[in-house]
Amino acid sequence: MSRESDFYLRRLHSLLGVIPVGLFVTQHLVVNHFATRGEEAFNTASNFMGNLPFVLFLEWFIIYIPLMFHAFYGVYIAFTAKNNVKRYGTFRNWMFLLQRVTGVFLVIFIAWHIYETRIQKALGAEVDFDMMANILSNPFMLAFYIVGVLSATFHLANGLWSFAVTWGIAQSPNSQKIVSYITILAFLVLSVIGVQALLAFVV
Amino acid sequence: MSEQTAVQEQQVASKTVKFEIQRQDTPDSKPYWESFSIPYRPNMNVISALMEIRRNPVNADGKKTTPVNWDMNCLEEVCGACSMVINGRPRQSCTALVDQLTQPIRLEPMRTFPVVRDLVVDREFMFDSLKRIKAWIPIDGTYDLGEGPRMPERKRQWTYELSKCMTCGVCLEACPNVNDKSNFIGPALLSQVRLFNAHPTGAMNKDERLQTIMSDGGIGECGNSQNCVVACPKGIPLTTSIAAMNRATTVQMFKNFFGSDHMVD
Repeated sequence: MSRESDFYLRRLHSLLGVIPVGLFVTQHLVVNHFATRGEEAFNTASNFMGNLPFVLFLEWFIIYIPLMFHAFYGVYIAFTAKNNVKRYGTFRNWMFLLQRVTGVFLVIFIAWHIYETRIQKALGAEVDFDMMANILSNPFMLAFYIVGVLSATFHLANGLWSFAVTWGIAQSPNSQKIVSYITILAFLVLSVIGVQALLAFVV
Repeated sequence: MSEQTAVQEQQVASKTVKFEIQRQDTPDSKPYWESFSIPYRPNMNVISALMEIRRNPVNADGKKTTPVNWDMNCLEEVCGACSMVINGRPRQSCTALVDQLTQPIRLEPMRTFPVVRDLVVDREFMFDSLKRIKAWIPIDGTYDLGEGPRMPERKRQWTYELSKCMTCGVCLEACPNVNDKSNFIGPALLSQVRLFNAHPTGAMNKDERLQTIMSDGGIGECGNSQNCVVACPKGIPLTTSIAAMNRATTVQMFKNFFGSDHMVD
């Protein structure tokens, strides 16, 4: 059921998806890419990120709290839609559906990913190249992570498009089309970066 | 000659049009499908076929049945009353020509709205929403207010396109976010806010209209599936209107918080 504050919650949801969550995802994928330069490069980068000053504050206020709001409110949004791609099989209607499907999948994927890395770290495990190589040596987990990364890059890229529309930046059909092209490019670039990093752990 | 015409008439009469109609006897009863096979006539539309069923309410099995109920008024696609789902897509039945439709032609009511009977739906939700957004230009005063500000001709031209909206409900039926789980007022209404805020006299209350679409069921519910602009029978640029209102509400939101006052301009 809708409430009076829904407008502001929706806008907050749209904003948080880009800043900080979108920025964090980009940063995360870029840092992961150190894996293509070898184990040592990855471990150095990962240690640098993990030992930033005020790391706990940064983690909670830049990642966990905004991410949790975006995730849980997003699930509510996803399940209030009544999808109809059969009736209208247009590009935008498919993007609308995929945004919701990837969003719900990402809640599951990220929960699992946090359990496997951050929670294991809290329990005393060492988060490093070996840990990821170990996880990804299982072909099922590799596939799960590839789908997870692609879902994230898609959700971010398409979310950038709807951010531009939701905040009234792109109004004309032409500007919305050009933003579409730019976000498709962002999706491709981020996907290559993300998947390359994943594959670096298995080779 | 007359013999030939008689043969031709017979041939035309032997050709039939098949319909499958989703029927519902009362607002709460269960819907069911009924088939009809009616004689073909040239240039038929869905309404003339429904009129034929009303004239001779016999279904495809040859059994006598109740006439199918539907709503209609202008018969020239300007009133919106005869909207229904035809072969899976919501549209007006007056401009749905039988020759252009795949048979059997499937007719369903627009279930986004409460069904009254058969193909008749209650679109009161939209009319109530029009009142909520103040979809009018206030010109009355306790004395003669005189002439309003002039409207630029080129602005009148694009707002005219928005004024073609007939509140038919097709865009609400097409929208994935208008359903019983949300209070979303729908794309048409957001475009009406743009129309009345664009008018120089209407703009004197623009903050009130924006405030309404920033509340329950307003513009926040839009998920940008952009089905509305595809579905609109009048070709209204609904998604451009929504994006324009997105910008207007963004500005209004900052004005409300950081501005010196909340009133118009």
